Amino acid sequence: MNDMVEMIRIEGLSKSYGDVAVLRNCSLDVARGEVVVICGPSGSGKSTFVKCINGIEPVQAGRIAIDGENLPSKPAAAARVRARVGMVFQHFELYPHLTVLENVCLAQIHVLKRSRDEAQEKARSLLRRVGLADKEASYPAQLSGGQQQRIAIVRALAMDPVAMLFDEPTSALDPEMIGEVLAVMLELAREGMTMVVVTHKMGFAKAAADRVVFMDQGEIVEVAETARFFAEPASERARLFLSRILTH
Amino acid sequence: MNYAWNWGVLFQSPYLGWLGQGIAMTLAVSVAAWVIALSLGTLIGVFHSGASGVVRLATGSYINLFRNVPLLLQMFLWFFVVPELLPKAAGIWLKRELPHPEVVTAIVALGLFTASRVAVQVAAGIAAVSRGQSMAARASGLSTIQAYRFVLLPQAFRIVIPPMTSEFLTIFKNSSIALTIGVYELTAQTQQIQSFTYQGFEAFTAATVVYMTIALMVTTLMTVIERKVSIPGRTARG
Ligand SMILES: Nc1ncnc2c1ncn2[C@@H]1O[C@H](COP(=O)(O)OP(=O)(O)OP(=O)(O)O)[C@@H](O)[C@H]1O
Ligand SMILES: [Mg+2]
Repeated sequence: MNDMVEMIRIEGLSKSYGDVAVLRNCSLDVARGEVVVICGPSGSGKSTFVKCINGIEPVQAGRIAIDGENLPSKPAAAARVRARVGMVFQHFELYPHLTVLENVCLAQIHVLKRSRDEAQEKARSLLRRVGLADKEASYPAQLSGGQQQRIAIVRALAMDPVAMLFDEPTSALDPEMIGEVLAVMLELAREGMTMVVVTHKMGFAKAAADRVVFMDQGEIVEVAETARFFAEPASERARLFLSRILTH
Repeated sequence: MNYAWNWGVLFQSPYLGWLGQGIAMTLAVSVAAWVIALSLGTLIGVFHSGASGVVRLATGSYINLFRNVPLLLQMFLWFFVVPELLPKAAGIWLKRELPHPEVVTAIVALGLFTASRVAVQVAAGIAAVSRGQSMAARASGLSTIQAYRFVLLPQAFRIVIPPMTSEFLTIFKNSSIALTIGVYELTAQTQQIQSFTYQGFEAFTAATVVYMTIALMVTTLMTVIERKVSIPGRTARG
């Protein structure tokens, strides 16, 4: 373990697809145990930003360090660092051909080289924690969206990550299932997990986030303490965005 | 029509034996060619889907070359032309010392031709697995090879079972082309029975029934396999 305060350091990140700049000189430090919520209009680059943090999207410029360790710029070389950062996707992305238990064990066994028994024990204890112990033999398609997303969170947690990234984890869910997923995330936040969460659930932001990042057109426009951000956003763009999203 | 039917001829010696040998040869050529087609085609399909630059150019060229030249011509090229193009010693070895050169050539030609078609199907199957799956696999720290092995290929193979079945049936039927370079497979043997006995109708009917029976068995087997590996909770695709 590293004693540095920052768990995630992002410096001067820029990325473009062809001629289109998607991220422009983005910098952000996330402290150990901190919860940061990222919001912003559609297409502002939030998903791209989160994917760059664990190196699954290559970047043109900038530096990323996780727990004091620089992320190699080559995606293949970044696998080891990447395994230490959990990621949860909008569409769950559970492996449909594997059971719940196999989903949670796959990377434990093949990346962390845990024994099958060890991996299964870990998986079962985490599944119990999210109330899905009885689903270990099910296949993803046999579960509700909320259950699938909780299992996706478990799959990430099973790797003992130092930080967790979430990209709109509830926006593909039916309204009645959003609560169960947010509850798991809130508990994680309380336990001190370092989290970066892209979400439009401002209720979650208010309850769990230490700071809010507002992005627009590939730029980090504003970073503010949560209470401040909602009470008096500094930028005009953030104010406009908030007024739109909160009146919905 | 003045034709003296005599089904009994099919059960007389040596004609029954010829039919049996023909069936055995057809199966042997088909299965051996299929082993080449499946392994090489999968390899090329995987590289074609995942690579860029030189590798993709190479896989793309293979696919275009072997898929677009008629199989009959390929068979002739491998049998008559390639031995002449090779260094002299190798050419002589191919023609003189290689046991059953016509059978080996037929297997190789059929295998390489079908590999190009398998590659296209495998690449399409991998492309049909969502991008999010490979992203999730890589995000968890799996290497590219592991992501293919544990996440992408198992899903892609389920997707390509139906087209693979028809590719196998195609290889099976195409094996009859091997008679043009002297392989005594089923069609050649029936032709031989016809020229010895003049009972061509019976012989060709027998061949038709055999081809159809085996095709039906393969189709049934593949349907069973497809059902067996289908992913629980997903509605079966049509
Ligand atoms: N693979 C890609 N190729 C080209 N352009 C892309 C690609 N992925 C994203 N983009 C573009 O990058 C920009 C940022 O996309 P991104 O998905 O990061 O936005 P977002 O803030 O997550 O939006 P949303 O709220 O809709 O999820 C968009 O303009 C998008 O069209
Ligand atoms: Mg997004």
